[in-house]
Amino acid sequence: MFDVAKIRDDFPILARQVNGRPLVYLDNGASAQKPQVVIDAVTRAYADEYANVHRGLHTLSNIATEKYESVRGIIARFLNAPSEDQVILTSGTTEGINLVAYGWAMANMQAGDEIILSVMEHHANIVPWHFLRERMGVQIKWVDINADGSLDPQAVLDAITPKTRLIAVTQISNVLGTVVDVKSICAGARARGVPVLVDGSQGAVHMPVDLSDLGCDFYPITGHKLYGPSGSGAIWIAPERLAEMRPFMGGGDMIREVHKDSVIYNDAPMKFEAGTPGIVQTIGLGVALDYLMDIGMDKIAAHEADLCAYAKSRLQTLPWLHVQGDAPDRAAIFSFTMDGAAHAHDISTILDKKGVAVRAGTHCAGPLMDHLGVSASCRASFAMYNTRAEVDTLIDALEFAQDLFG
Amino acid sequence: MGSSMAQPAFEDIVDDFEFLDDWEDRYRMVIEMGKAMAALDDALKVPATKVDGCASQVWLHPMIDGGIFRFDGDSDAVIVRGLIAVLRALYNDLPVDRVAQVDAWAELSRLGLQDHLSAQRSNGVRAMIDRIQTTAAAA
Repeated sequence: MFDVAKIRDDFPILARQVNGRPLVYLDNGASAQKPQVVIDAVTRAYADEYANVHRGLHTLSNIATEKYESVRGIIARFLNAPSEDQVILTSGTTEGINLVAYGWAMANMQAGDEIILSVMEHHANIVPWHFLRERMGVQIKWVDINADGSLDPQAVLDAITPKTRLIAVTQISNVLGTVVDVKSICAGARARGVPVLVDGSQGAVHMPVDLSDLGCDFYPITGHKLYGPSGSGAIWIAPERLAEMRPFMGGGDMIREVHKDSVIYNDAPMKFEAGTPGIVQTIGLGVALDYLMDIGMDKIAAHEADLCAYAKSRLQTLPWLHVQGDAPDRAAIFSFTMDGAAHAHDISTILDKKGVAVRAGTHCAGPLMDHLGVSASCRASFAMYNTRAEVDTLIDALEFAQDLFG
Repeated sequence: MGSSMAQPAFEDIVDDFEFLDDWEDRYRMVIEMGKAMAALDDALKVPATKVDGCASQVWLHPMIDGGIFRFDGDSDAVIVRGLIAVLRALYNDLPVDRVAQVDAWAELSRLGLQDHLSAQRSNGVRAMIDRIQTTAAAA
């Protein structure tokens, strides 16, 4: 049974006050808070079990290596990936997508080749592809969303030409909350021989993910949105693509032998993990994912679906509030603007005074904001520990802001 | 005016704020000032007047005439417009060589807004004061 009160007790920060009010943390799309088990694991890793990994043969190095390496298997279980050998540990989705850009795309693309992106991608899934455009003459092809913020899988597939080398698309929009039918995109792309990168930054947080069924080629995740430490993350890469990749960053760990005039690389996944990694962050991520699996991603998704429906019904009662996007399949992420003088930064400042933490700005999604014709918006993004009562607090705070700015 | 270096217009604001007990009323006042302030001409919203380091868009247009400092400003955020209005009251019509002597943070603290201003670096007050000081120093 999903018990939100019990889950809230696991997150010490949720008990604090902000500006004299109980914290209502609705900036989970940017980063989620951490349960005590993750905080304890990070402390224990430094206090009792810390040494570099993969290096020494002494006791502490062995313990740290074992704990660190065990996370690969935890991630594979969390994503139902075929093998943990296909899981590359990263600092987050940004590093994961840059690894694909430098390690796979640069080695397998040439001038005139095309990458298909939806217009609602996060900058982390845009800027690495701009690098390829600037440096190699690769073309970016943008697929528009529908008026309700949904993305038609067929529109993505219709953009494929003989020059298309990659489709890179988010599973859930970090601005609109739109859930994309990535499975249909993967199936259609596979039939045409086009690899697909699915940005799981938001998706893995809000729904069960089954990579054995999804059919994508690259699936990056970010630890800090998954209730784990910042600076942790991973990317799952299909074995066919791994075989086509060259190393991105050079350094220790990714190498088997180094001589004055030659190098022999390590095997994947370590071939793509140069230098001392985020040891403790990764150990903390493993604990966070175990915590999520203990609760059950299906139960988390059901709780968030209830929050989503409730928040949507309440936000709809505010005639002066405009929520961007209303896709039929959506997550509990709401971006909005208000009638009148109030700018997104004005609204977030006032909500903060009421204890409600939201994000304001362009949400690292410039092309989407251009498409929507909105210069800045506020975003309330929910997590498994949020409640209907917190939706009510948000509504009250919005009404107060509306009264203030009118 | 006492030991303050500030202008009469700013002292009027201080007087108004003196009777406001809670943050809600202080913000309401700042918002009213923001709404009431004339907009900057779009032709003056150019890269040269844009102030970087603010979460919202901010423009400052300084004018020094006969040794007297003035500036107009604008923002797309109402609260920031209100803060610009406060800063205009603080600095406008000062002899340019006195601008550097204004302790802006001390003056702003008299409005009871300092917690909000210093805690939120992104509101751009720091960047605006820097721009004002730099412009006056270069005159």
